[in-house]
Amino acid sequence: MNEKPEKLIDKKGLRLDGRKPNELRPIKFEVGAITSADGSAYVEQGKNKILAGVYGPREVHPRHLALQDRTVLKCRYHMAPFSVQERKSPAPSRREVELSKVIRESLEPAIFMEYYPRTMIDVFVEVLQADGGTRCASINAAALALADSGIPMRDLVVACAAGKVDDTIVLDLMDTEDKVGSADVPVALMPNLNAVTLLQMDGILSLEEFETAVNLALEGCKQIYAVQKEALKTKYVTTKEENKEEAEE
Amino acid sequence: MASVITRVKQKQIAQLIAKGKRLDGRELTDYREMKLEQGIIERAEGSARVLLGKTEVVVGTKIEMGEPFPDTPNEGVLTVNAELVPLASPSFEPGPPDENSIELARIVDRGIRESKAINVEKLVIEPGKKVFVIFVDVYVLNHDGNLIDASALAAMAALLNTKMANYEIDGDEVKIKPGYEPLPIKRHPITVTCAKIGDKLVVDPLLEEEQVMDARISMAIDDDDNICAIQKGGSGYFEPKQIFEASKIAKEKANELRKKLKW
Repeated sequence: MNEKPEKLIDKKGLRLDGRKPNELRPIKFEVGAITSADGSAYVEQGKNKILAGVYGPREVHPRHLALQDRTVLKCRYHMAPFSVQERKSPAPSRREVELSKVIRESLEPAIFMEYYPRTMIDVFVEVLQADGGTRCASINAAALALADSGIPMRDLVVACAAGKVDDTIVLDLMDTEDKVGSADVPVALMPNLNAVTLLQMDGILSLEEFETAVNLALEGCKQIYAVQKEALKTKYVTTKEENKEEAEE
Repeated sequence: MASVITRVKQKQIAQLIAKGKRLDGRELTDYREMKLEQGIIERAEGSARVLLGKTEVVVGTKIEMGEPFPDTPNEGVLTVNAELVPLASPSFEPGPPDENSIELARIVDRGIRESKAINVEKLVIEPGKKVFVIFVDVYVLNHDGNLIDASALAAMAALLNTKMANYEIDGDEVKIKPGYEPLPIKRHPITVTCAKIGDKLVVDPLLEEEQVMDARISMAIDDDDNICAIQKGGSGYFEPKQIFEASKIAKEKANELRKKLKW
């Protein structure tokens, strides 16, 4: 067990990892990390290391789950046993079942479900290392993987948390802040439609603080969205150039 | 929870709500008639039944002795479980808990836990070794919508009704003495759910309203009007301003509902 730090924000107003209250952790997005998948992405946010893979639209299994007017989206959020301090049993915990559900519901509004009746789309998210805010990083990875798979989407989905530590509203909580802090508000957003697709909270916030936290999280989402777009461009601009070179040869 | 609803009904509900009316004649921010009874199961340490319109939820609590979690040696343990009993709805099936019942249990759990409703430090018998474990079992007996609010309220009512055994420590043994005392409850969180139908927010959705809603948002509010837990559900979205609107509705409604809890 790590010792609980006494103060989460120092005299200069900086956080445990040296960030300002409204600063994100370093981000690395990589689109197309798994060659076997129809779409995939690898995400690092702080010490979070997360892989997402998308398979489908494909045959529904078991078949009775098929819907006649739209596709079935399935989502599995899973943490590797070695992703946390104390080994996590690989069997899905109740937390993982709940997170799989809310992540699925955060992605569903972005997908044109009615385009693929009688099929299913599988989204698999594996947390290789957890550092607080894994559900948000998972959504960022899953949205990139979906976009990479070519499934038509209304918008990307981007997620970020805000919260309260030592009476300050801060952006993008890391592990210790999440555990010791007084509130955590993860938010997912479809940035072009200004639509919130995931909202959860635990901890205690006044209505005013809650509003501040949500607005800060939405700002964070918009910053992350820019990085997501860059990651998609990086893959597809490179692919396009490679194709051009091949054609010239 | 996919049950069938006819297109005609869907349209009727949506059109009514767009005009600010509802199927059962309620205002958009009205709860259905609520009945609350406590102490209905004598074998349980605490119990309560909530009737919210036709939705019926019974919660029973049991207390056992057990070990604390290693990271909280000075706190008792709270465990919430929810059963969507097959007799309560054509869409409920027997078997291990599915994602809906797990989500329901975790929303109820989060409201109680994050508001610090139970003074868990008073449940310690021997720090790091022996504590009281409070089991809260939510039993859904009839599903007519808004299981979250009914379950959260029934859980709080059952906890307020829960009796703890008196005990004394005799060397290594814990001896149970005659008599009981109430569970140490500090706060009274109330969970309020709004469904989004069209561009309107509707409090305490009926099952039929849940079948046409885009999404729902549940907020637990404590005695000082703070928010202590939130869960968005459903495969739709909210505009940011609707979220803030929901938080104001939740605050107001929680104060109304809290008056029904007796303590």
